[in-house]
Amino acid sequence: MIEQIDDTTGFIRIRQLSKNFGDFVAVDNVDLGIGRGELFSILGASGCGKTTLLRMLAGFEAPTSGSIEIDGVDVTRQPPYERPVNMMFQSYAIFPHMTVEKNIAYGLQKERVPGTEISTRVEQMLDLVQMRDFRARKPDQLSGGQQQRVALARALIKQPKVLLLDEPLAALDRKLREQTQFELMNIQDELGITFVVVTHDQEEAMMLSNRIAVMEKGRFLQVGKPKEIYEFPSSRFVADFIGTINTFEGVISHKGDGEMRIDSREAGTSMTALGDIGVNVGQSVCVAVRPEKIFISQSEPDNDDDTRLRGVVYDFGYMGNLSLYRVRLDSGKIIQVSAQNRHRTAERTIEWDDKVWVSWRPGSAVILVS
Amino acid sequence: MTAAARNSAETTWRRVVVAAPYLWLLVFFLAPFAIILKISLADPLIAQPPFTPVFDESGNLSVTADNFRFLLTDKLYAITYLRSMFMAGATTLLCLALGFPMAYGITRSTPATRNLLLMLIVLPFWISFLLRVYAWMGLMNSHGVINNSLMWLGVIDQPLALMYTDFAVFVGLTYSYLPFMILPLYASLERMNLDLVEAAQDLGASPTKAFWDVTWPLARPGVIAGCLLVFIPAMGEYVIPYLLGGPEALLIGRVLFDEFFVNRDWPLASAVAIVLLLFLVVPIVFLQRSQARDMEHAA
Amino acid sequence: MRRHSRFVLSALAFGYAFLYIPLVLVIVYSFNDSRLATVWGGFSTRWYGELLRNEQVLDAAFLSLRIAITSASFATILGAMAGLALCRFGRFRGRTVLSGMITSPLVMPEVITGLSLLLLFVSLQQLIGWPGQRGFGTITIAHATFSMAYVAVIVQSRLRSMDESLEEAAMDLGGRPARVAFDITLPLIAPAMVAGWLLAFTLSLDDLVIASFVSGPGSSTLPMYIFSKVKLGVSPDINALATLIILFVTTGVFAAWFATRRAANRAHTNRA
Repeated sequence: MIEQIDDTTGFIRIRQLSKNFGDFVAVDNVDLGIGRGELFSILGASGCGKTTLLRMLAGFEAPTSGSIEIDGVDVTRQPPYERPVNMMFQSYAIFPHMTVEKNIAYGLQKERVPGTEISTRVEQMLDLVQMRDFRARKPDQLSGGQQQRVALARALIKQPKVLLLDEPLAALDRKLREQTQFELMNIQDELGITFVVVTHDQEEAMMLSNRIAVMEKGRFLQVGKPKEIYEFPSSRFVADFIGTINTFEGVISHKGDGEMRIDSREAGTSMTALGDIGVNVGQSVCVAVRPEKIFISQSEPDNDDDTRLRGVVYDFGYMGNLSLYRVRLDSGKIIQVSAQNRHRTAERTIEWDDKVWVSWRPGSAVILVS
Repeated sequence: MTAAARNSAETTWRRVVVAAPYLWLLVFFLAPFAIILKISLADPLIAQPPFTPVFDESGNLSVTADNFRFLLTDKLYAITYLRSMFMAGATTLLCLALGFPMAYGITRSTPATRNLLLMLIVLPFWISFLLRVYAWMGLMNSHGVINNSLMWLGVIDQPLALMYTDFAVFVGLTYSYLPFMILPLYASLERMNLDLVEAAQDLGASPTKAFWDVTWPLARPGVIAGCLLVFIPAMGEYVIPYLLGGPEALLIGRVLFDEFFVNRDWPLASAVAIVLLLFLVVPIVFLQRSQARDMEHAA
Repeated sequence: MRRHSRFVLSALAFGYAFLYIPLVLVIVYSFNDSRLATVWGGFSTRWYGELLRNEQVLDAAFLSLRIAITSASFATILGAMAGLALCRFGRFRGRTVLSGMITSPLVMPEVITGLSLLLLFVSLQQLIGWPGQRGFGTITIAHATFSMAYVAVIVQSRLRSMDESLEEAAMDLGGRPARVAFDITLPLIAPAMVAGWLLAFTLSLDDLVIASFVSGPGSSTLPMYIFSKVKLGVSPDINALATLIILFVTTGVFAAWFATRRAANRAHTNRA
C-alpha cells in the first residue's frame, strides 16, 4: 500500500531514485512525496539504504538515476553547499577548533551575511536551543546533549527549506531522549521547517513523525501515518518490524458481510476477522494480532464474537506498568500477550503454568498476504 | 565524499592540490630514474659530463649494454650484491629478534610508561645518525670502552679486533635500524586486543602456544612492514660499512659510491643502481601493497 | 599493572641500554681533557671552546640549518597537499602514480636517490643551463623531495582518523571545498603538519649521502664536515659537537612531549 504521490504533498519530490555501488543496490527506484512543514521519518534496520537516501538528499552522494526536487527546483545535480538543505549529522560534526558561537555562525559567514545580522541571529539561536551560557565553550567541554543542540542551531540558523536528521536520538540516554523528542517536535512546529529523520528506532519514529516510510533493502515497504502502519501493516515484515506481533498462518474458509473466517491449524481453531480486502476463499493468508489487543483471563470470556483460545502460561515478565505473558496454546504455538497492571491487588494474579483463556475482538486482527 | 555534483571552482581546487606534488615528484623523483637508465646505457668519457650522449652527432641511437654485461659477468659484483642481501637480511632478523619483544613490552605497559618508552625509542632517531655510528666507533676500537672494560675485567689479554669487521657492521646496522622495526611492530601490536591472548590461555593454550597462535598472526602486518622498512634501505647502506667495516666489507652501496666518485665511471655506477633497483622492486611493491591493505583494515 | 615476563623485561633493558650507552659515552668523553679518547685526562670544556672558534663547523652548521628550514617548509606544504588528495579526493586520474611516487622515497636507498638527483641536475644543466653551481638550491630540492613522503604519511594518518563528517558539515553549511580545506581541515591537521615539519627538518639536518651527491664545491653541510673528520677516526671536538646536538635534540623532544601531555590533560579536565 504505497502512498501515491499527489501534488499537494510535493514539497520534496523524489522520483525513481536509485543508487548503486558497483553491483550492490543501496536504493532501489524509490518514489516519494513529502509535504511542506511535515516531520517525516524513514525507518529501517541498518543496511536498508536509509542513510544513502538521506545523503543523496543532502548532496553527498550522486544518484545513479532519478531526480530530487525541492520546492519545485530540481536539485539533483546541485552540490551540498548550494542546496537549501541542511543536515544534522549522527556524530554532530561540531568543529572542534571553534567555540559554540563560531560554530553556529559558520553557515551565515559562508552566505556573506553582514556581521551585525549574524550576531543577532546567533543570539536568537542560542536562546532557541538554550545554550546561551555555553557560547564561548569549545566542543570538548560540552556533553553529548549540548553538542547536539549546537549542531541543531548551526543547521537551523540558515533557515533551510529542509532539515535532515541522521539518527538524532541514537546517542542519548533514555531520559534525555524523551526530553529531546519533545523539544525537536516543538522547534519544528514553531519554525515550520520540513524535517526528514532517518532512524532505526521505531518508537522514536512513531512518536516524532507525521508520516513514516518503512524501508528495507533499498525499497519503501509502506508509507503512512504512524497509526496506519501500526494498526494496518501492509506486510509481515512491517508488522514484525514495528512493535511485536503474533501471526497465525491460515486459509480463508468464508468471506462475506464485511467479515472473513480463516481456518488456522496453528491456532487450532477458525478465526473471524473484519475487512474486505482482495482475498479469495481458499487463499493462504496470515492473521496478525498485537499483544496488547489480546485479553488474558483465568475464566472463559463470554463474548461469542471474539476469537477464543486456551493455553498455559509459559513465561511472564512484570514490568511495573505492564505484564508480558508468553502463552503456549493448546495447538502448541506460543503467543505474546501484554496487559496493563490496572489493579494493585487483583484476584489471584496470573503466574507460570496457570491455565488461561486468551481472546480478541474480530476487529483487532489484521490479514496479511505476504 | 564520492563523486557528487561539482562545479568548476571545486574542480580547479582539486586539480591544483593534486598537480603540485604530482609535478614536483614527476620531475624530481621519477624523471631521474629515466636518466639513470639512459646513462647506464652509455659509455664513460673523460669529459664533463663523463658519459656519451644518447644520440650522437649524426642523430643515431648510441646505446651500449656493456655496463650491464660487465656487471653480470664480473664475479665481484655478483658476490657484492649477494653479500648485501645477506647483510640486509641478517640485520632484519636481528632487529626483529630484539625489536619484537621490545615492542611487545611497550604495548603491555601502563599508558603513562608507554609514552615515555616510545619517546625513548624515537629520541635516538632524531639524533644524528652519523653521530650514533660515530659513537659506536668509539666503543669498539682497540682502545675503546668495550675492550678496556673487558681487559680490566680480565676476560681478555689482547684487545679484540672489533672495528673494521663484519661484526661491527652488523652492530652498526642493527643499532641504526632498530627504531624502524619497533615502530611499525608497536603500531600493529597496539591495535591487537590483549584480551585475545588471555582468552587463548583460558581455553588451554600455554603462553608459547598462545603467542604463536594468536599474537604472531595478528602482528604479521607490522612484522612485514618492519622487515621491509629495514631490509630495503639496508641493502643500499653506505655510511655504516664505510666507517665500521673492513676492506672486505664491500656492500653495494659503497660500490656504487666508489664507482661514481672515485672511478668517475658514471655509466657503470648507473648500471649498478639499476640492478640494485631491480633487486628491490619486488619488496617495494610488496610493501606498498601491504601498506594499502593495512590502511583499509584500520579504517 | 600487567606483569612482564622476564624475557620481555630483559629484552627491554638490553634494548634501551644498547640504544643509549654509546650516546652517554660520547657525552662523557666530550669533557675529557686528553686528546686520546681512551685515557681520561680530567674534566675540561676546552673542546667546546675550540668548536665555537672553528669557522668551518659554523659555516657548515649554518648552511645545514638554512637548508633544513627551507626544505622542511616545502616538504610540509607539498606533502600535506599529497596527503589531502590521496585521503579525501577518492579516485582521480593519476592517483596510483601519485601514491606510488609519494611512498617510494620512504624506502629507497639513499645512494640511489642521491645518484638519480645528481644525474638530473647535470642533465638539466646541459638542457637549460641551470643549476650552474650545485649547493644550497640543489640540496634543498633533494631534501624536500624525500621529506615530502614522510609528511604525506603523517598527514594521511591524521586525516584518516579525523571524522570526515566535519568537512561534510562545513560543505552542507555552504562552504566551498577550497574554503572548507582552509577553515576546517587545515586547523585540524595542523599538529600533524608541525610534526611533519619537524621530521623533515631533522631528516634534512641529518642527511649525508644525498647531500654528498648533489652538493658542489664550497657547499659543505654539517654532516659532510663531520663525516670528513670521522673518516680519520675518533676525535674529541666531534665528541663535543655530538654532545651539543644530542642535548639540543633531547630538550626539543622532551619539550614537545611535555607540551602534548599538558594539552591532553587540559582537554581532559575541561570536560563539562
